[in-house]
Amino acid sequence: MDVMPRWAEVVLVPLISLILALALSMVVIAAIGEDPFNALKIMVNAALGSTQGIGYTLYYATNFIFTGLAVAVAFHARLFNIGGEGQAMLGGLGVATVCLYLPLPHWTIALVVATLASAVFGAAWAAIPAYLQARRGSHIVITTIMFNFIAAGVLIYLLREVMKPEGSMEPSSPKFAESTHLPSFYDMAQMFGWEAFASAPANITFFVALIACYLIYLLIWHTRLGYEIRALGHSETAAKYAGIDPVKLTMIAMLISGGLAGMMAINNVLGEAERLVLNATEGAGFIGIAVALMGRNHPVGIIIAAILFGMLYQGGAVLAQDTKIPVQMVIVIQALVIMFTGALDNMVRAPLERFFLSTRRKAS
Amino acid sequence: MDFYTIVQLADATLRMAIPLLLACLAGLFSERAGIFDIGLEGKMLAAAFLSAAVSFATGSVWIGLLAGIGASLSLSLIHGIASITFRGNQLISGVAINFLAAGLTVVIAEGWFRQGGRTPSLSGAARFDGIDFPGALTRIRDKLQASPGMQFYSELVSGHSILVYIGLIAVPLSWWVLYRTRFGLRLRAVGENPAAVDTAGINVVQLRFAAVLICGVLCGIAGAYLSTAVQAGFTKDMTANRGFIALAALIFAKWRPWHAMGACLLFGLFFAIDNRFQNIQLDALWVVVILVGISALLTGYALRRDKIDVMVLGGLSAVLTVIALMLWVSMASGSEAGLFGSLMETVKLPGEFIQSLPYILTVVILAGFGGKAVGPRAGGEPYVKER
Repeated sequence: MDVMPRWAEVVLVPLISLILALALSMVVIAAIGEDPFNALKIMVNAALGSTQGIGYTLYYATNFIFTGLAVAVAFHARLFNIGGEGQAMLGGLGVATVCLYLPLPHWTIALVVATLASAVFGAAWAAIPAYLQARRGSHIVITTIMFNFIAAGVLIYLLREVMKPEGSMEPSSPKFAESTHLPSFYDMAQMFGWEAFASAPANITFFVALIACYLIYLLIWHTRLGYEIRALGHSETAAKYAGIDPVKLTMIAMLISGGLAGMMAINNVLGEAERLVLNATEGAGFIGIAVALMGRNHPVGIIIAAILFGMLYQGGAVLAQDTKIPVQMVIVIQALVIMFTGALDNMVRAPLERFFLSTRRKAS
Repeated sequence: MDFYTIVQLADATLRMAIPLLLACLAGLFSERAGIFDIGLEGKMLAAAFLSAAVSFATGSVWIGLLAGIGASLSLSLIHGIASITFRGNQLISGVAINFLAAGLTVVIAEGWFRQGGRTPSLSGAARFDGIDFPGALTRIRDKLQASPGMQFYSELVSGHSILVYIGLIAVPLSWWVLYRTRFGLRLRAVGENPAAVDTAGINVVQLRFAAVLICGVLCGIAGAYLSTAVQAGFTKDMTANRGFIALAALIFAKWRPWHAMGACLLFGLFFAIDNRFQNIQLDALWVVVILVGISALLTGYALRRDKIDVMVLGGLSAVLTVIALMLWVSMASGSEAGLFGSLMETVKLPGEFIQSLPYILTVVILAGFGGKAVGPRAGGEPYVKER
């Protein structure tokens, strides 16, 4: 029997970790001579104070939902996929390839084709680390890290030497055709006669991300494959005795994971930039780790955590403009969230478990 | 390529290899004790920043070095507390430490110096300068005209900062500590089978903390070397993935000190080649033959195995073959020499490829080509005394 009630496990532990991380971040802000409460006010206001701010928050959140889901699916099979960053880069390459070299007359077609391309490219990039883990037992953490760097090299080369339009100095692909433009929140609000979201980059991909969350929820908890993935994650030997092929399952889990990470590209490459630029992923692949940890690997938790991190990113960007706190403060907060929700989980959990144990003893 | 160029290349290799080597040995101690450490990068970065900042403030590079080691040690301590005391996930802790260092260094640098996340540049006693050995030539003009032996002595042996020599001494020292002392034996044992070490009445927690702290000291020196000896000051993200390349070298070396030096020198050579030769030409024929050859080998291997092997390795071979064909087609369409004549022309090897070589090699080694790389058996597992 679990020591803690379910609500404490699901809500209290992540919440306490988050509060600890934020408290420490505020100490850091105070230490460099800025007012932490003022900073918090600016950040919340920037992220939620206007429809445009919300549009930015949801744009970032869309990226993080995809990468968070990617990390979570792998976590369920007890695989730690740090390669979301590289897989998202390759996803971007997939999107750029189809958008530049295939005729896509309407955005609906572009969305479907780009989603497939990004998922296939992302999954393909995850396939080799997955294969090496499954067949050769090579540690997937190390191989996915290495594949992040290799992906960066591949992208720099392709953007500089192959995709860059003639005469351009900037290492980026040409702009995609006008017909592939995805409806942004601004466009959609206009349809209903509502002036909102101004220039915010949030677009229809947000809803694709929500659908992905629902599908992953069904997959993990309501299908045979999801059950097998979770069984493998709990105990490989038990899974083997139950007739589950760990090699196949490791591959499938990682392919889904890589595909999800790659799908982030429909948001940032097709939805926002509308061309492939250097460093398009902006570290979102790594934030997926924090999002998955904080969301406890559950799609609902991931949506909430992704929106929180979206607020953090939008707030942090405005904070850097308005105060002397550099934008890297966001990375510090992200690090602390990963530390407290991931590595120091037992530190938060142990006193809580003792507390609930003692209340239960009194009650019985 | 004349002898002096080779000596210069060797010299650059050594300079590039030292931070890798120190970080690699750091990882060696930690991982041999069963604590995975992917936070080498973060520790180096923190040390690079604080050593430069303190060197600037005090004007003494030695105090700066100590401060850098202190910064690295405090991150090591966090890693130890998370992964040893609270039995947390060592990989997640390492990821967090990397981000913590990447963020904090810039935030604090901006708070202290307001120079866009860098420290002011260092000079004089605030830097580690090269030590010129007696009789060594220092001017390039003199070196060019000297005898090969003198060139070797002046360029490669002499003229490095003291941290380079410390890095080189650290290799035999690490070997001696790990393989010839009681502490080293216990440290290696705790990475293989902590329960056995515990049964023998030795404190597992203490031993692992000792290993993690040694790792912190070595990473600290590596970081300080970057900001006070190679560069004159700290710049944002200046470690540039060296911590991960050191990790790659550690796997490449299969967790052994002397081999670690070999691996780091090899990776250092890649850096040196990439810096010195911007334009490496290769016959197109060779590129095509190598790519197609690798594809054929992979396919041949996969066909003797399962469906999954055929799908993954077959797919990889297909991609490599397509790249080879695309190269050939683009060569043939761009020249008058015809379909086969164009293969005799040269292509430029992309710099990105040379830079990615350490990562590619690590994956190849991890895949088990050329002897399987198996780490310490208890690596990554927190030790629980009673079950």
